[in-house]
Amino acid sequence: MQKSEVWVMNPKSDLPQGTLDLLILKVVALEPVHGYAIAQRLEQVSRHVVQVPQGSLYPALHRLENRGLLGADWKETETGREAKFYHLTGKGRAQLEAETASWERLTEAVALILKLSEGGAE
Amino acid sequence: MNWWHRLIRRSEMEETLEKEMRFHLEQHMSALIARGIDPAEARRRARIALGGPEQVKEECRDARGTRWLEDFWQDFRYALRTLRQRPGFAAVALLTLALGTGATTVMFTVVNSVLLKPLPYREPDRLITLDEQTDKVTSSIWGNIWAFAYPNYLDCKRESRSLAMSAWRYNGSTVSVNREVEYVDGIETTYDLFSILGVTPFRGRTFLPEDDKPGAAPVIIISNGLWQRLYAGSPEAVGSSLTFDEKPYTVVGIMPAGFRLNEDEYDVFTPLGQDTSPSLQKRDMHPGIQVYARLQAGVTLVQAQTELSLIARHLAEQFPESNNGRNFRAQPLHADVGDVGSTLWLLLGAVSLVLLVACTNVASLLLARAVSRERELAMRVALGAGRGRLVRQCLTESAVLGLSGGAFGICLAAWGIRSFVGFWPGTLPRAAEVHIDWRVLLFALAVSLVSGILFGLAPALRAPFKNVEQTLRAGARTVTANSRLLHGAFVISEIAMAVVLLVSAGMLARTLLRLSALNPGVNVRNVLTTRVALSPATLSNPGAIRAAWPDILDRARSVPGVESVATVDTVPMRDGNNRIGYCTTPDVPPADKTPLALANSVTPDYLEVMGIPLLKGRFFDDHDRLGNELVVVIDDVLAELAFGKEEPVGKRLWLPGRDSPFSSGNNTADAVRVVGVVGHVRYWGLASDDQAQVRAQFYYPFAQVPDPLLHRWSELMSIAVRTSVPPLNLVQALRQQLRGAVGGVGGDQALYEIHTMEQLASDSLSRQRFLLLLFGIFAGLALVLACIGIYGVLAYLTGQRVPEIGIRIALGARPNSVMWLVLRQSLGMIVVGVAIGTAAALAAGRVLQQLVQGMQPIEISTFAITIPVLVFAALFASFVPARRASRVDPVIALRQD
Repeated sequence: MQKSEVWVMNPKSDLPQGTLDLLILKVVALEPVHGYAIAQRLEQVSRHVVQVPQGSLYPALHRLENRGLLGADWKETETGREAKFYHLTGKGRAQLEAETASWERLTEAVALILKLSEGGAE
Repeated sequence: MNWWHRLIRRSEMEETLEKEMRFHLEQHMSALIARGIDPAEARRRARIALGGPEQVKEECRDARGTRWLEDFWQDFRYALRTLRQRPGFAAVALLTLALGTGATTVMFTVVNSVLLKPLPYREPDRLITLDEQTDKVTSSIWGNIWAFAYPNYLDCKRESRSLAMSAWRYNGSTVSVNREVEYVDGIETTYDLFSILGVTPFRGRTFLPEDDKPGAAPVIIISNGLWQRLYAGSPEAVGSSLTFDEKPYTVVGIMPAGFRLNEDEYDVFTPLGQDTSPSLQKRDMHPGIQVYARLQAGVTLVQAQTELSLIARHLAEQFPESNNGRNFRAQPLHADVGDVGSTLWLLLGAVSLVLLVACTNVASLLLARAVSRERELAMRVALGAGRGRLVRQCLTESAVLGLSGGAFGICLAAWGIRSFVGFWPGTLPRAAEVHIDWRVLLFALAVSLVSGILFGLAPALRAPFKNVEQTLRAGARTVTANSRLLHGAFVISEIAMAVVLLVSAGMLARTLLRLSALNPGVNVRNVLTTRVALSPATLSNPGAIRAAWPDILDRARSVPGVESVATVDTVPMRDGNNRIGYCTTPDVPPADKTPLALANSVTPDYLEVMGIPLLKGRFFDDHDRLGNELVVVIDDVLAELAFGKEEPVGKRLWLPGRDSPFSSGNNTADAVRVVGVVGHVRYWGLASDDQAQVRAQFYYPFAQVPDPLLHRWSELMSIAVRTSVPPLNLVQALRQQLRGAVGGVGGDQALYEIHTMEQLASDSLSRQRFLLLLFGIFAGLALVLACIGIYGVLAYLTGQRVPEIGIRIALGARPNSVMWLVLRQSLGMIVVGVAIGTAAALAAGRVLQQLVQGMQPIEISTFAITIPVLVFAALFASFVPARRASRVDPVIALRQD
């Protein structure tokens, strides 16, 4: 894979704003999970297309927690260590649904436009 | 976790953040190790992936959204720590600020309560007062404004839909319970005055509509004060009987303490509707009726005024003789506080100057500290602190200082406000309402915050940003020219403000000296004046009145220690006067064109009692009585005004019938013969007489006052007694001697408003004396603060120059020249400060001249006296640092740094 195909996700990248938040909400929606696992999952799920610098993950988590979209508890992991597990709040779930819907509308619209212009070129 | 938890459990938060980061790193590391990477390399890779842990943490802290609050908390605690580190600095700064804000808060409390606060009635903004208003000006004193005629009031009240109206008028007389006699101020009022004002009685009830009718059972309401004096606060007072104006009344209610009408306290209230005086029946009589009304719900003042004008037009059609050209005027009801406003604003202005000096002082102290902390600040910048962050930190420090100073100041004010009010000369209007309320607290808070930010701004803005590296490398003892300028500016403005206050105090002192030295026109030593209340039985019979006064004078004369006695209706320098028009021809011009003079009816001994010099002709004698030619004696001011250089004695004056004391209200002018000229008396008081509108005076014999007016005149009459002993010692003897006087009628004699002429003369200067005292205190405070400021700044600047001075001494400079070096610096600041202060003082002098009666224009000598005081004090303050500089040991100085 060429370097240029990897989206480096940080506040200054070209990725639409709020995408990182949306991805985090999606990951956390499956089950309560700690920060490291979120980073791992994001990497696996996006098959290395999206690379989240771990440095910007935590500020995002804290921001979402502060906005009441995520809750957090300290729990033991399978290996017996204490870690901060994030889970989705009711408000977070609503936000996730709204964001997902709006994301889908956006991508559909973009895809439509792209198809149109291809059609026009033929 | 809410913001409050975040604030107070900050360390816990930090711990969990740290723990979360560590967990992440360790997880990543073990994952890498599991893939077969060696531990050291795994740690390296994990760290790179996460990024700088401190940055990540910082971003997480930012993400919490309460960052500013946490910073503020941090700065706040830092500020407290630094203040604790230097208790001396903190004490001086806090004391200075506490004095400044405390004094300002006291003044604002008084201004707020006396001038700004609404009246203490229910919904005071809906209350209005009504007057009658004629098309033409009818009096040079009252213009075209009249008190209501009672029938007009009754018609307005009945017709008006927009106003609930009530009326009252003055009605003072004697009250007696169990042979205790006292003259009291009272009012007659319609039954609904209390409900319109929204005042409920303390005990009992107010009047009912059925009380307010002719022939109803006589009922009376008494003030809380009278209740305490006569009944010692006994609850049995309600329902008991009380004699007022020699008529029995039943007490039905007691008013709450502090109830006032138009800024006066009244002791008794009787129903106006029971009064059957003829003057209340006639539409062309205006017997002093005040009308207070409340706007009905949803009605505006303009609507009420429109309705009143309509009613006035109907009445003018119905009663053209009395009501033609007569309208009714509605105005919002305001507290009548007289002329204290200017004095209060003046004092608030002066005290704000003191506060400014205090702020400047603290600012220069803080600046000195900021300069020595320059390297600390530069270090913070080097570590990545933003400019805004540093400014915020500096401002937090000064705001903490300002607010704690303000808190002390409020305590000082709460403690000092009562003594200030008690200290006010005479009675301060609305004094009972003076206390600290939320407006005052808000004001004090704003003042201390603003002053905190003001004096914190200079040090904050000069925090180093450019040349951080240079600052870090430079020695702590290098002072930039910039900060020396700023320090100089502080000292200069402090001196300028001290000059303004000192010169103002000097002006007031000179004025007071000059005014006290003025001749009041009477010999004030050993003269007692007192009003005498005749019994109502006597007052109802002119013959009895004519017999009563000589009897009273004879009895007073028989008291040992009394030299001479006279009656007088208006005593010089006491409240109350009688202004009457006069002209030199029989054709009387309209009322607003007639010149006015102060008229005083006296008995022949008056001149001797008061020690007024007779300049020409004669004074009155026993032949000047009813039936003989009407005579007057004029003062030299009236002689000059009316006759210029001509000989006044033997000339005639004409007094317009509408206010002549000799006629009973017909419209022709009374001719009077001038028989003598006497010296001018400073009737309006030592300070105010020169600027008074009406200064001309004439005297007329009380014996020539016609029967119809005798009653009214005798109600207001006083006696003046010249004594050979201190006059106040004779009050008891006079009281006893006069009790049971008056031509066999007997009855209650009450002496009230007892003063000595010395008191009255001295009281006429009390406002000036009070202002002088306060300005003196303020000026002294400003002087001391300015000296502390000069000392502080010079000590600091000199301290910074120690290495330089060391070099100078090492190169052979002599101690004297080193001292001169320092003194020259302070002298420069003093000269500039004095120059600016002088210009400002000239402007302040103008303001004082406008606002204080009898104020002299500013004089060179005032500057000549006050400014050296300041210069010497300032030089003295700079002498200590200068001396210290001259004793610098060059060896030690050069080794520093």
